[in-house]
Amino acid sequence: MKPAPFVHHAPRTVEEAVAVLAEVGHDGKVLAGGQSLIPILNMRLASPGHLVDVNHVSGLGDITITPEAVRVGALVRHSGLERSEAAHAALPLLRQAVVNVAHPAIRNRGTTVGSIVHADAAGEMPAVLALCDGTVEVVGANGIREIGWHDFFLGALETVLRPDELAVAARFNRMPPGTGTAFAESARRSGDYALAGVAVALTVTDGVVSAAWASFVSVTDVPSVLDLTPVVGGHEARSGSFDNALDRAAEAVREHVAPETDIHASADYRRMLVAELTRRALPLAALHATSPANDSFEVERRGAPTRSLTNPSFDHHRVV
Amino acid sequence: MSTRLFGTPIKRKEDPRLVTGGGRYLDDLGHDALAAAFVRSPHAHARVVDIDADDAFELDGVLGIYAHDDLPGKVGEPLPLLIPHPALTHGRTGYALAREEVNHVGEPLVMVVATDRYVAEDACQRIRVRYEPLPVVVGIESARDGAAVVHPDVPGNVAAHLTQVVGDVDAALATAPHTLTLELDIERSASTPLEGRGVYAQWDDERDELRMYSSTQTSTGVRAAVAAKLDLPLAKVECIAPDVGGGFGVKIMHPWPEEVLVPWAARLLRQPVKWVEDRREHFVSAAHERGQLHTVTVGFDDDGHLLALDVKFWHDNGAYTPYGIIVPIITATQLLGPYKPGAYRVEFWSLYTNTVLVTPYRGAGRPQGCFAMERTMDAIADRLGLDRAQVRARNFILPSEMPYDHGLLFQDGRPLKYDSGDFPATLNKLKALVGWDDFATERAAAVAQGRKVGLGIGCYVEGTGVGPYEGSHVQVETSGRVNVSIGLTSQGQGHETVFAQIVADELGVRMEDVFVTTGDTRKMGYAVGTFASRAAVMSGSAVALAARRVRAKALRIAADALEVSPDDLEIVEGTVQVKGAPATSMTLGTVSVLSNPLRYAFDEATQAATQFAGTFDPQKPPVAEGEEPGLEGKDFYSPTQATFANGMHAAIVETDPVTAEIRILRYCVVHDCGPMINPMIVEGQVHGGVAQGVGGALYERMVYDDSGQLLNASFMDFLMPYASEVPTIETDHLETPSPLNPLGIKGAGEAGCIPVSAVIASAIEDAEGFPITRMPISPADLWALRRRYAAGEIRPLRRASHPSESAARAEEPTP
Amino acid sequence: MSEVLHEVTLTVNGVRRTASVPARRLLSDFLRHDLTLTGTHVGCEHGVCGACTVLVGGEPMRSCLMFAVSAQGLEVTTVEGLGLLPDARVCATGQSMNPVQQAFTECHGLQCGFCTPGLLTTVTAYLDDHPDPTSDEARAAISGNLCRCTGYQNIVKSVLRAAEIRAERRVPDAAEPGERHPKPAAAGGGPS
Repeated sequence: MKPAPFVHHAPRTVEEAVAVLAEVGHDGKVLAGGQSLIPILNMRLASPGHLVDVNHVSGLGDITITPEAVRVGALVRHSGLERSEAAHAALPLLRQAVVNVAHPAIRNRGTTVGSIVHADAAGEMPAVLALCDGTVEVVGANGIREIGWHDFFLGALETVLRPDELAVAARFNRMPPGTGTAFAESARRSGDYALAGVAVALTVTDGVVSAAWASFVSVTDVPSVLDLTPVVGGHEARSGSFDNALDRAAEAVREHVAPETDIHASADYRRMLVAELTRRALPLAALHATSPANDSFEVERRGAPTRSLTNPSFDHHRVV
Repeated sequence: MSTRLFGTPIKRKEDPRLVTGGGRYLDDLGHDALAAAFVRSPHAHARVVDIDADDAFELDGVLGIYAHDDLPGKVGEPLPLLIPHPALTHGRTGYALAREEVNHVGEPLVMVVATDRYVAEDACQRIRVRYEPLPVVVGIESARDGAAVVHPDVPGNVAAHLTQVVGDVDAALATAPHTLTLELDIERSASTPLEGRGVYAQWDDERDELRMYSSTQTSTGVRAAVAAKLDLPLAKVECIAPDVGGGFGVKIMHPWPEEVLVPWAARLLRQPVKWVEDRREHFVSAAHERGQLHTVTVGFDDDGHLLALDVKFWHDNGAYTPYGIIVPIITATQLLGPYKPGAYRVEFWSLYTNTVLVTPYRGAGRPQGCFAMERTMDAIADRLGLDRAQVRARNFILPSEMPYDHGLLFQDGRPLKYDSGDFPATLNKLKALVGWDDFATERAAAVAQGRKVGLGIGCYVEGTGVGPYEGSHVQVETSGRVNVSIGLTSQGQGHETVFAQIVADELGVRMEDVFVTTGDTRKMGYAVGTFASRAAVMSGSAVALAARRVRAKALRIAADALEVSPDDLEIVEGTVQVKGAPATSMTLGTVSVLSNPLRYAFDEATQAATQFAGTFDPQKPPVAEGEEPGLEGKDFYSPTQATFANGMHAAIVETDPVTAEIRILRYCVVHDCGPMINPMIVEGQVHGGVAQGVGGALYERMVYDDSGQLLNASFMDFLMPYASEVPTIETDHLETPSPLNPLGIKGAGEAGCIPVSAVIASAIEDAEGFPITRMPISPADLWALRRRYAAGEIRPLRRASHPSESAARAEEPTP
Repeated sequence: MSEVLHEVTLTVNGVRRTASVPARRLLSDFLRHDLTLTGTHVGCEHGVCGACTVLVGGEPMRSCLMFAVSAQGLEVTTVEGLGLLPDARVCATGQSMNPVQQAFTECHGLQCGFCTPGLLTTVTAYLDDHPDPTSDEARAAISGNLCRCTGYQNIVKSVLRAAEIRAERRVPDAAEPGERHPKPAAAGGGPS
């Protein structure tokens, strides 16, 4: 399991990187964190002739907070995003989701933008970009373009990025006032790709749910956002009628997603699972919307053994 | 006598080295060696039409490319069938490199030797092989059906068919008040050590000698097989197992093709050659285990006593049978566990499939047997409305019935005769540990919260310490350092520590003065290997016997020198002294000096042993009659039969009422392996075994598609548990000694993993209310079962067991 | 056509090391075979097992998922370097061990020892950020490393024991948690 030979390019600027990409064309591949790419290279499932290693390109390592968005540079590691208090304060969903990406050692190297560009249907961050109505900033031989999430993903592992283009940042839009978010996923083992996952956002205006929407992990081939406002909107947050509406939200999710069967779970199971995860995540988002104090960084660890039978919660999910 | 070390949780001697990067595993050796890589079949079953390596030869750094045609003499003949058996009528083994036909994905076809592994893999990629695909046999059903065959000369894919019978099963079944028939399946898994296999060979051209290193569980076995294959005198081959990064069975299989080919290439090229298996290779070209289908018919009376047990099972042995039929024989015999079966008939078929070959993986057929037996016990309890523990207890072999001969032949060709064990006591300890009798209350509380919990149990007996023998050599140097050699190998079981403990006790020396070498044929040429939980029993006994010889010799020599009777002497912390008068003494180092009459002194101490030192009786020869020079001794332990350890596990499991996710809330183990040399290490073995069992119960399976492709040949998709998936394990011990060996010990290595699938199935079944008959089980599997149950396709349990349980369950919503 | 070699220089365990290697040389192979620091082990080469975990700039990373050329100029700590850290002490058998190494030997936190180096580096960095973990936190902290031998229970115990030893060895005015190893400034603030 050793990679095939390649020519290594180590540009120092975005311009240099783009110039090299333009030169090598389809035989080139960008190397940032490499946590998805290098396994593929080691298994020789791909053997590009050129790797454009952007790890030494300047100006890509910043997280920038504006009133509208959290902008994450292409060299920001998942762990950098996870630790950023400013990003967390501006958009709690980022930390809620990113802690679900693989294991800490992978997050220390892998980049958030890289995982978006990788466009794995099982990736958390593409779903988050979608839920935030986010944008990918791209520099190519012909200059800069900004691509909305909706136009960015073409299919599993496929985006509109051209061979000469480098994604330099992802912009996650901040949520409207009164909005709480939550992220839930279920994997076979801690850190595995999720069998299913969901990111939800819910806006409460004057105590009443005014908007709710969700995006999904592992159950749609490209990120997609489902508007749940028609089913949960109008209900008083965390009321009995809201709880009743959760069933209809779950049903809407079941109809929306298009999971596939693989060796770990059937499509039917994933459909059930993502609907149930949504049902469990929405109340948490409502809680976050109505009492921001509960927005703190708490990860329920899955699979933690306990000797107590009186523990009422089945915490096999990470719900944040 | 100083404090006895046997039985104390002493820290491991290995660890300071291993935690500081000082381990020397196979790939840590031979940085200058050439690297081997292999072209392996992408087809499960095909004729090899043509191999074209022209492009590969053009690569810089490629030194050799070899296919079967290039292999001379015995190197090109089929690999040995290690354990022949009369019932193995159609044993087949592969070639080191496939000849004409490939029988599983991953079978090696071409070996490339190059300057490094990167280049070797480049060359492999450039080699073009043309195949003519043949019909593929995957899975036991397809093998049993026999429409397609793996080997054209093996009709119906049956490698072996064996029946063992005790009593008149048909008559007993016919008259039994109750009978049940169960279909019980276990899927494939694998040992999966963190370090794969590896071989490093150095050919000494001046001496015509081979030194090889292998990440193996048997260096003597590899040495003998390689010498035979390469037509070398045994004296010209040495094999060393360096630090080995886990084995769990897969490394007892030998010689692997690579163990023959790498030394062969090293001799041919007159350069060191190394092959280090990568993870993908390990999945498709090492070995798997566990896949079996069982049909159990049981007859029993109103109290749940077994009257007859009729077991048929089908064992998937993969493409070849180099390790014989050890695994199904173990299932057939160890299935019985702690019970008296009444009349017993067991019949199995070992079947070829176009998949990776099957050799023992920790537990070796026992987890399957235990699953079959324990599921049967639960089914009997359910049928009769009895407590599951009670049904088991009623069928136990009692301590008063030991030794208990089942009338069957065990895996070593010797009678299956239990030597000792107190099964009722083990069960009582387990019930206390898990709170068996209080569980109904706990369950009621959980159910009231809308939760689903279940309690499961599993019991097993494990034959450990099978022969034929192991040996040990113990030597005291003039410095007082004690060198201990054993022939079998270590893969993390702490052999450097536990055998030092035994020697320190037996010889009366300090732990820090004892140094144990394992698995090096230069030090100990006669040995069998590390498998079947045999190291402690076999080598431990041999080490004790050899140390006792050395002790006796030391006392003889010291008695002579101190002019006292040997009976008046004792050895304390390396000093031989007169009991009650410790001032009259000499160190073992000095005894060692005296044991070796010298002409030439090499330091001050040894001057005492030279010819003019005036310390010897001129009337006696320098080496006394019947003695040998040197303070050393060698001995072997060869038992008449295995010794039988036992244990019982219980688990409390919770299943998510919606998502069917499964979580182990508690896992309890009571284990009896006789007196423990080092309880800390025994516990570690139990923990590791349970974790592997949890993997086998809930996570690990080898997923083959119909064309014979292994779909999950990576750690991403073969779900070995992380810490997050393994419960905290609560343990308790019994120490029922074995009457068979000098230390009374029994093996412990495999025990932990044996009953786990049975226990978890039992607990999930208890939580869900319908039978669980196939393991492993994933949340998606359980969810699918719930749907079938809801549709009336699966019958419910009767579960009249606990009145309080029934009451609690009445409030439970139906799934 | 031999491959282009790159001169790679990095600081390993405090020492500047240089070797000329092809671009595709994995950092794990670079450490093990070019620098002969064989304490770092390779268990899967696809980033799942964690045996090859080393500290890069003080943070655990999979050395099988990095190219040596990408590590140009970085600081790497391997298992061989843990005994050089300020809180390491020489043990009875002569080796210098940091609290984590010491704890693993005390608690039987290893059997075959193959996965151990990756766990030792992971836990060393973890305790820098979380000096006083609970048992559940300790278990979560090691849940990115596969071990096939121990069932993890004694590793959890070792993490807790390491935290104790670490506290015992801390002299007044010693570095604060998080400052033991050089670490790139995390964007936006400290660890959670």
